[in-house]
Amino acid sequence: MVFSLVGGAIPSFKAFGLKFIVSGDWDPTEGREVYGALPFIAGTLLTSFAALLISLPLSFSTSLFLGEYYKGTRVARILGMLVDLLAGIPSIVYGLWGFYVLRPLMIDLGFGGQGFGIFTASLILAIMIIPYATSLSNEIIAMVPNDLKEAAYSLGATRLEVIQTVTIPTARSGIVAGYILSFGRALGETMAVTMLIGNTNRVPDSFFGTGNTMASVIANQFGEADGLKLSSLIAIGLLLFLITGIVNGVGKLIIKKMT
Amino acid sequence: MTQTIAEIKNPALSIRDLSIAYDKNYAVKNVTVDIKKNTVTAIMGPSGCGKSTLLRALNRMHELYENITTEGKVLLHEENIYDMSTIKLRRQMGMVFQRPNPFPTMSIFDNVIAGYKLNGNSLKKKEKDEIVERSLRDVALWDEVKDSLHKKGTFLSGGQQQRLCIARALAFGPEIILMDEPTSALDPIATSKVEDLLVKLKEHYTIILVTHNMSQAARISDYSLFMYLGELVEYGKTKNMFTNPKDPRTEQYLTGKFG
Ligand SMILES: Nc1ncnc2c1ncn2[C@@H]1O[C@H](COP(=O)(O)OP(=O)(O)OP(=O)(O)O)[C@@H](O)[C@H]1O
Ligand SMILES: [Mg+2]
Repeated sequence: MVFSLVGGAIPSFKAFGLKFIVSGDWDPTEGREVYGALPFIAGTLLTSFAALLISLPLSFSTSLFLGEYYKGTRVARILGMLVDLLAGIPSIVYGLWGFYVLRPLMIDLGFGGQGFGIFTASLILAIMIIPYATSLSNEIIAMVPNDLKEAAYSLGATRLEVIQTVTIPTARSGIVAGYILSFGRALGETMAVTMLIGNTNRVPDSFFGTGNTMASVIANQFGEADGLKLSSLIAIGLLLFLITGIVNGVGKLIIKKMT
Repeated sequence: MTQTIAEIKNPALSIRDLSIAYDKNYAVKNVTVDIKKNTVTAIMGPSGCGKSTLLRALNRMHELYENITTEGKVLLHEENIYDMSTIKLRRQMGMVFQRPNPFPTMSIFDNVIAGYKLNGNSLKKKEKDEIVERSLRDVALWDEVKDSLHKKGTFLSGGQQQRLCIARALAFGPEIILMDEPTSALDPIATSKVEDLLVKLKEHYTIILVTHNMSQAARISDYSLFMYLGELVEYGKTKNMFTNPKDPRTEQYLTGKFG
């Protein structure tokens, strides 16, 4: 797969060189075709990173409740099941919900335009990775050995102190890894983002404006593309593959080191 | 039941009709006993007889778990421990666990003063240094670690880790130290170091020691408590119990018939 990606991307890299990555122009007009991946790289990183930040408070507090406060109780089991259920919903369903519920809401809230854009896409991405991030960090938090926590209690610590000085520090690298993996998942998310981001092929000028991501531009334009444009899309695919590969590799490495 | 309260004046701890149940299954039944000050008191008995359950009731560890109920009283300076704040109680009752469990994210130094830190006591650097040195000297670990105080405690050998955990329990200046098979994870040399230490520590502390190991009880304890199926079968001076057990079950256990 990597070989065919590299093979397909060669014409584009030949034509544009390194400029492919740093150029913000994407113009398919015949005669002066220029393709640069920057709008999509920027859009992908921006939406994924924003999604990560937005998802953090809710997923982190939920995982603390599941893995620490309500560990082993029925509340935790039901909530945990709900989280897993949410994680299993197909992307297109989130996309539809985003399109028909979230987008009108954005218009009503006065974010302007049609409600499409980076911010809307980030929101839907955040909602999509919350269950994933929650169940990852919940598992890690629940893994903190009981006898460590008991040792802290036996020194007269309160529950909050145990969480602050034992549970979170012990689980920290695992939690970080969980969020890195969630970030990796957001990077490659396609359907829901395509439906909400606005799909404009330029470097986004504002967080609330429209944009595009690497996965979305491929999905949108692949069908009709040929020649240099096709090669450029494949090159974007290769870049996305590399970025997600690195991100996931780092995440998995940290988790492996922990256990 | 048998006459289990040996004649003890000014006991360090008076346990009165203490019963403990897991989900209504009693694991400790009506235990009444006085623990003498500045002694090592061993709790012996076959596996599953309730030794750990009894010990963990004394610093109210069971209250961390919803399915455990405790009935009866335990008097410390004439005050029922179940009417005290757990924080105040646990500062007077240090606990050492079966498996050495230094906090993995903290240095040796921070492990020793963890009790102060956890309770939000801010100390001057000089006070901290003093407490750390005194506590580590108490457990005969100072010379071995004085040059690596800021390394992680988890780098130490098992025996050193266990002595570090004892230092952590001593740092707060408790009156009583509860120990649940503190040497069962250690090799013979580390075990004998910890045993020597306990004999030395009883000058200043009262030690309650759960042990599986009869020869350990014979070597270092002054009083012994023999439990069977949740009941306290026999209690008295260790010497007397080993040479002249009163109850046939004690005799059977000591001669290796069960357990
Ligand atoms: N968390 C728990 N939930 C339910 N039952 C428990 C729990 N812990 C212990 N028990 C039960 O309570 C009884 C006493 O257990 P305890 O751990 O106090 O025994 P012990 O004397 O310390 O044994 P060992 O020498 O093996 O450590 C046993 O029958 C055990 O199965
Ligand atoms: Mg036990």
